[in-house]
Amino acid sequence: MKKILLGNEAIARGAYEAGVKVVSSYPGTPSTEITESIAQYERIYCEWATNEKVGAEVAIGASIRGARAMTCMKHVGVNVAADPLFTCSYTGVNGGLVFVAADDPGMHSSQNEQDSRNYARAAKIPMLEPSDSQECKEYTKAAFLISEAYDTPVMLRMHTRVSHSRSIVELEEPSDIVIRPYEKDINKYVMMPGMAIKRHVVVEQRMELLASDSAEKPDSVGLHRIIRGSDSLGIITSGASFQYVSEAVPDASILKLGMVWPLPEAIIREFARTVRRLVIVEELDSFLETEIKAMGILCEGKSLFTFQGEYTAQMIRTALSDSNAPVSAIPFMSLPIPPNRPPVMCAGCPHKGLFLALSALKVQVMGDIGCYTLGALPPTSAMDACVCMGASVGMAHGFDKATDGIDSKKTVSVLGDSTFLHSGITNLINAVYNQSQITVLILDNSITGMTGHQQNPSTGLNIRLQPAPAINLEALVASLGVTSIRVVDPVDTEDCRRTISEELQKPIVSVIIARRPCALITKGKGNPKERTIVDYAKCKSCGACIRMMCPALTQGPGKTPIIDSVSCNNCGLCVNLCKFDALSKGEK
Amino acid sequence: MDIHSLNPQFSDEKTSLSIVLAGVGGQGTLVAGKLIGVIALKLGLDVKVSEVHGMSQRGGSVITYVRLGEKVFSPIIEAGTADYILAFEELEALRWSFLLKNSGTLIINSQKINPLPVLMGKASYPENISETLIDAAGKNAHIIEIDALSAAATIGSSRAVNMVMIGALSKFMSISAEVWDSAIREVFEEKAKLIPMNLQAFQLGRDLTE
Repeated sequence: MKKILLGNEAIARGAYEAGVKVVSSYPGTPSTEITESIAQYERIYCEWATNEKVGAEVAIGASIRGARAMTCMKHVGVNVAADPLFTCSYTGVNGGLVFVAADDPGMHSSQNEQDSRNYARAAKIPMLEPSDSQECKEYTKAAFLISEAYDTPVMLRMHTRVSHSRSIVELEEPSDIVIRPYEKDINKYVMMPGMAIKRHVVVEQRMELLASDSAEKPDSVGLHRIIRGSDSLGIITSGASFQYVSEAVPDASILKLGMVWPLPEAIIREFARTVRRLVIVEELDSFLETEIKAMGILCEGKSLFTFQGEYTAQMIRTALSDSNAPVSAIPFMSLPIPPNRPPVMCAGCPHKGLFLALSALKVQVMGDIGCYTLGALPPTSAMDACVCMGASVGMAHGFDKATDGIDSKKTVSVLGDSTFLHSGITNLINAVYNQSQITVLILDNSITGMTGHQQNPSTGLNIRLQPAPAINLEALVASLGVTSIRVVDPVDTEDCRRTISEELQKPIVSVIIARRPCALITKGKGNPKERTIVDYAKCKSCGACIRMMCPALTQGPGKTPIIDSVSCNNCGLCVNLCKFDALSKGEK
Repeated sequence: MDIHSLNPQFSDEKTSLSIVLAGVGGQGTLVAGKLIGVIALKLGLDVKVSEVHGMSQRGGSVITYVRLGEKVFSPIIEAGTADYILAFEELEALRWSFLLKNSGTLIINSQKINPLPVLMGKASYPENISETLIDAAGKNAHIIEIDALSAAATIGSSRAVNMVMIGALSKFMSISAEVWDSAIREVFEEKAKLIPMNLQAFQLGRDLTE
């Protein structure tokens, strides 16, 4: 049976058909739908882990116990999971173990565009790179076989355009879930120097064997394909780039690599011999090019193509052929420039009120990863730094120690509930232990918002929306030794300002929990019968409500507000902001 | 199925058909993209549907690329290569019109959704977008404007705009009514009570392009 699946759904299908038993992941665009899609296969145990390191460790444990296991993450998530990744390369596996890393060239929704292939080389594990949904499924199944055959974790490298493109997949019957017997083996699974020294030898032998098998068994191990065209131009490529190359230069000879680490030197050498010009087409780093040049093979790559962003077929056509670019029916230059639709906090977003308070207080804000990073942009412009998950708390502590506590009177760190539980908590323990004076704002919107509403340990539900124990943030923070804990409603900007000002003055670690559910989830929705009303007789046209940029509040004649009752979530933020009582929550 | 038979105007050497669905978050472009994907599967064609999931939630500019043919490689539709653009909103028609190829067809829904800079009085919504696009277009391009929102409103759901647009598109493609009908039933399989309304919206879209 054929079905149209997202690349991410096809990975999940492949895992299901391969008889996977355990999947543990932390959400992150563009990887999130893999684990969400796994949840529809009831026989698979799946969970949202607190972070990528935890997800990887759960999968490692399941693998050692004999089950096929998988953990999925975005590219920057691999940084978090890198510690277990590098050492499970030494222990190897029992049941097949697969890491999925989803890269985001062009940074559609990421803070950097690192290239995960470097991880495969650094951790000494094989990596497969699919280029469409059918390959996503096939490569996932192959990854489990390779993992068990070579006693190694295997990494699948995804790409935004592969993860988020739908194409046709041939569905097959799933294999049974098999749990292999587990035998205690400290020489394999306890990585102390005495054992690890011996395992390192095994790792190097394994990679050598994989490199030669990748060349000698291109159909079952290497998953390479040669599309024979003209001998004047040969291209070595993989993944999404393969699609652009096939589109752009259909006459060229193409070596499409399936396993992109380790490389099949014999195949590459033979392919290079048969073409007069050899070009490497790869987005991001010059990974293949550097390795192929190190083999002593003459080729071109980054002298023709950029290190940045996504490639397109046209970019490759321009670099490698003399055909003209297609002409648009409607010339761009002849048209007016359309106004943008910039990303903004939604109508009713609980983060907005808090950021308005921070903006008014003119404090230094250490930001974090989530929807609230938009607080860095107008109208609030209230953020000084944002680096990675959980970093806000550590950076605020750094500001504190760099100024002997002085800056803690005017600096806050801001992070969401899911981000706090991901890796903010270790920073908070550090700050308490090292006698910091920071003020930490936890924006508790009861969900993992930006990746599309996943549950987390504070929401009371698991990945399948079944009841689960809910972490009590106040009790958790108190147990760490935080003595000043306040809870505010972020819509009450006046109370937020007052509370933050008071906590900034205290020479201890303070935590303020700003609690209100995301406006896009059921419990965050306002009462549809209760509507915000404008009393135009009282409106002084001061523009305060318009300046906060609520998508439901637009500028009418004479700078008066017009409320769009369809998109208004009735959060009451504009009501609180109006100094002239011109806005009020309407009758029920 | 021969890809050339899908479009009477299809005479060049191309082996694939590129359709752009451009709109604003919440207008149902994703479902429309899925539907064309199902059509391709039913016709025995290869297909790629590419979505952009970004930071933009509701109210952002949303674009879906659909490419179908004997073999489809790149999921992305580039400048001057779209056979069809379904613009669910006027400003988005303006924004993405550069994708239209010489002999392409642009179907514009006359709906206007103000972007935030306009709502805040910091930018103005360009006037007469359809006329501007028709004037600027080469003579081989087809540009038509329909009021899909009003049509959808007559059957009581502004959310059916996407099926009205698909209905309009269907008039320009040689695909039988039965195939469209069964594809719509398949896409809404899990929300069966929405099937009659969507079939009705599809027919309204066809009627609008009579």
